[in-house]
Amino acid sequence: MKFAVLVFPGSNCDIDCYKAVEETVGQQVDYVWHTATDLSGYDAIIVPGGFSYGDYLRCGAIARFAPVMNEVVKAAEQGKFILGICNGFQILTEANLLPGVLRRNENLKFRCHSALLEVVNNNTPFTNQYNEGEIIDIPIAHGEGNYYCDEETLAKLQSNNQIVFRYKAGANPNGSVDDIAGISNERGNVVGMMPHPERAIADILGSSDGKRMFTSILNAWREQHGAAVNG
Amino acid sequence: MAQQLTAKEPTAQQIVDQKIYQQFGVSDYEFGLICDFMGRLPNYTEIGVFSVMWSEHCAYKNSKPILKKFPITGPKVLMGPGEGAGIVDIGDNQAVVFKIESHNHPSAVEPYQGAATGVGGIIRDIFSMGARPVALLNSLRFGRLENDRVKYLFENVVSGIAGYGNCIGIPTVAGEVMFDESYEGNPLVNAMCVGLIDHDKIQRGVAKGVGNPVFYVGPATGRDGIHGATFASVELSEESEEKKTAVQVGDPFMEKLVMESTLELINSGIVLGIQDMGAAGLTCSSSEMASKAGNGLELYLDQVPQREKDMTPYEMMLSESQERMLFVVAPEHEAQAQEIFDRWGVICAKVGKVTDDGRLRLFHKGEQVADMPVKALVDECPVYNKPSQEPAYYVENAKIDTAAYPEVTDLTGALKQVLASPTVASKEWVYNQYDYMVRTSTAVQPGSDAAVVTIHGTRKALAMTTDCNGRYVYLDPEVGGRIAVAEASRNIVCSGAEPLAVTDNLNFGSPEKPEVFWQIEKAADGMSEACVTLETPVIGGNVSLYNENAKGAIYPTPVIGMVGLVHDIDHITTQSFKSEGDVIVLLGETKAEMGGSELQYVLQGKTEGRPPQIDLAVEKRTQNAVLEAIRAGLVASAHDLSEGGLAVAVAESCFGTGFGASVNVTTELRADHALFSESQSRILLSAKADKAAELQALLTERGVVNAAIGTVTAAATLNIQVNGNQGVNAPVEQLEKVWKEAIPCLMK
Repeated sequence: MKFAVLVFPGSNCDIDCYKAVEETVGQQVDYVWHTATDLSGYDAIIVPGGFSYGDYLRCGAIARFAPVMNEVVKAAEQGKFILGICNGFQILTEANLLPGVLRRNENLKFRCHSALLEVVNNNTPFTNQYNEGEIIDIPIAHGEGNYYCDEETLAKLQSNNQIVFRYKAGANPNGSVDDIAGISNERGNVVGMMPHPERAIADILGSSDGKRMFTSILNAWREQHGAAVNG
Repeated sequence: MAQQLTAKEPTAQQIVDQKIYQQFGVSDYEFGLICDFMGRLPNYTEIGVFSVMWSEHCAYKNSKPILKKFPITGPKVLMGPGEGAGIVDIGDNQAVVFKIESHNHPSAVEPYQGAATGVGGIIRDIFSMGARPVALLNSLRFGRLENDRVKYLFENVVSGIAGYGNCIGIPTVAGEVMFDESYEGNPLVNAMCVGLIDHDKIQRGVAKGVGNPVFYVGPATGRDGIHGATFASVELSEESEEKKTAVQVGDPFMEKLVMESTLELINSGIVLGIQDMGAAGLTCSSSEMASKAGNGLELYLDQVPQREKDMTPYEMMLSESQERMLFVVAPEHEAQAQEIFDRWGVICAKVGKVTDDGRLRLFHKGEQVADMPVKALVDECPVYNKPSQEPAYYVENAKIDTAAYPEVTDLTGALKQVLASPTVASKEWVYNQYDYMVRTSTAVQPGSDAAVVTIHGTRKALAMTTDCNGRYVYLDPEVGGRIAVAEASRNIVCSGAEPLAVTDNLNFGSPEKPEVFWQIEKAADGMSEACVTLETPVIGGNVSLYNENAKGAIYPTPVIGMVGLVHDIDHITTQSFKSEGDVIVLLGETKAEMGGSELQYVLQGKTEGRPPQIDLAVEKRTQNAVLEAIRAGLVASAHDLSEGGLAVAVAESCFGTGFGASVNVTTELRADHALFSESQSRILLSAKADKAAELQALLTERGVVNAAIGTVTAAATLNIQVNGNQGVNAPVEQLEKVWKEAIPCLMK
């Protein structure tokens, strides 16, 4: 299968995501520039973390107008796998591919450290290699990761099983609603999360729990395309 | 200030008559020399350009005789001082590039931007060499955290560093923060950047090839930072607040774009010379590039991108607007260069031409507005041998017997007090604000002796640290200088790396004071000696003088930035205990050395006496043996003994592990001395029980004094006995809480 890692001016986890795809699933992966107007050749699209457009105006608010985002919307409609990490999550909410917003962390400070997450929904293309309720260690690094949505939306997220990850009870680092760390769209093919799975792919980095996000994606794609496909 | 300058510039005659040059820090004597070099009176733009080029910050006029003391060569040094940053070979056609730089005065008046632009500046020094920046470090000093102004400075310096480093996507992996009233009003903010480069990509700041075009890259020039270099070269005063216009404003997003586009330009192979615009902006980069090539340069100032209206040549030349670079390519490569910057959305403008006449000529609105000899600007600033005098305090301190303080009997209580001292306490509050994981290469995170960053595609890694205990240097500059280097090197070795080289940041008070100059001289002597013995040459650095507050000079603080090479990632070692039953081995001799110690500061509220002494031969022997043992797989954990001595080192090795330790120290010393003395060349190792004998045999064979003093326990209690008598006894959790909560509590 083929991955795209988007590059906006100010993206800074693009290289890490690219390396993670290479090292965890060994599939083809390309950097795709923010000006690109065709994503038809890709099966999965990673919107990486960083400070696209310097976080000016509001995190992700400018990136969502980049030409490539029209293609991301199309790809989402086609059911392709789209993973937004950190600033990528912010961009996906700004693009209305995911509900809600990311506000400043409750303590108003940037926070970088390892974080324990609960896998709430393991029935997504991104989490099928985890157990439901499993606690995994994936680091965070963000200043605006405080997920917020209104009660109606939250009820929908809960009833549709769209909450993919929660921070472990009592260890919410940013004040997010319902301890949310990552959510999906209704269809389940678009996921946004504040923690960085690409930073947890080897023990030497402190955790390799993020590896299975990438193997999940490959697994889901193989299932979609039949086991015969040699990815 | 800026508005006044634009209003009406004084004439050349007024500059002489009213001695206006003195406002720029140019002395009567220097002004005379400038007139001689010019063959006439300089106009306002010219005296402005001369004054920054001849400032201490750019010309090192007071520190050159000192800098000559340092060893700067070695078998692995590919580039020593003089370019943007020094470079050391690490094998396989790769090299490590690193440098440290201060932004003390800007941070004192505008802490967020001062610190942020310090980070931005040092990153440019690294990528302008052609290197990919892979890590940031910073060494910070503040007054006591109980003081509200200090809290404000601390809070904003940290968020300035975070704001810049996090956004540009370079991990901030290590550093140190110390607190002492000596730094009140004049904090130290030293930022270091480490990069990786292939040997064949190394760039130089030279304006090569007569007739070649000179390009300006980066955001438009504004009126910010005018005379920043001069501002850095005087003491801070009541009026310093007014000098906020001399502080630049950073834009890390822009720097990210400039960095990526510049590295792409360099990798294309067409660059003939490149330099960043740091201190003294366009002035310094253009004249240094011309000087290094033995050429001249013409600049067409109307072509310089300008952010503000009606900027004068003086303002454009002296602005320190951030994120700007200057480079030279051959005319046939102009379009290729332009295309790269267009794609990244970065301004690139042709602003000048390389000439053969050795002059820096500036043109504005069709007229030549300045014409100066490049050599005079860059090389002819007079060098001063300042008078030096042993200070009275140093003589007085010899009489103080720091071993004679009343004996501390509550050793657990004393340990808690030391752990709660902000200098020793956990710096999690600081480094959790830094993204230390981006680039996914951080193998040892902040909080250890040295950070370790892996090199992608190899089994190798880089260890890095910054160190300096200003109290030791104050009490005895020569000994303190030696210790600063030795401790940095010890930290590198404890992480499993071979120390490679040093970048130093000489933070001192005013060199006009003979007592301060004496400190500078002695500290440099000590540092040089240690650099020679430990085989870590100085490959670059920065000098920051005039660090003074109302009470006088800051503690002399020559910060050592050091990088080491981990030959195989299997050698990476951390300070944390690893498993129950491991044997704890203490290396080195403990003496009753309490001068400058954290315990002295915490309990006596003083820094007095003589600091711990150091024998560099013993230090070298110890470090070699530890590295050998690590590489032989005999070591489970390694931790350098520093502030707070043995008690703190054992406690820190327990923190975060879930283990405790049971230790019994056999000694002729008083118990409080045994546990809190800061004697040098000591390291705490732990080893698997079945390897401890082999480890100790190796150490003994290498002539390193060592003793098995205890074991790592499953019970999370720290129990330290001295000669079988109860010393420290407390749950690790309790100690860790004190250590972790000290800074957050003070910052609430």
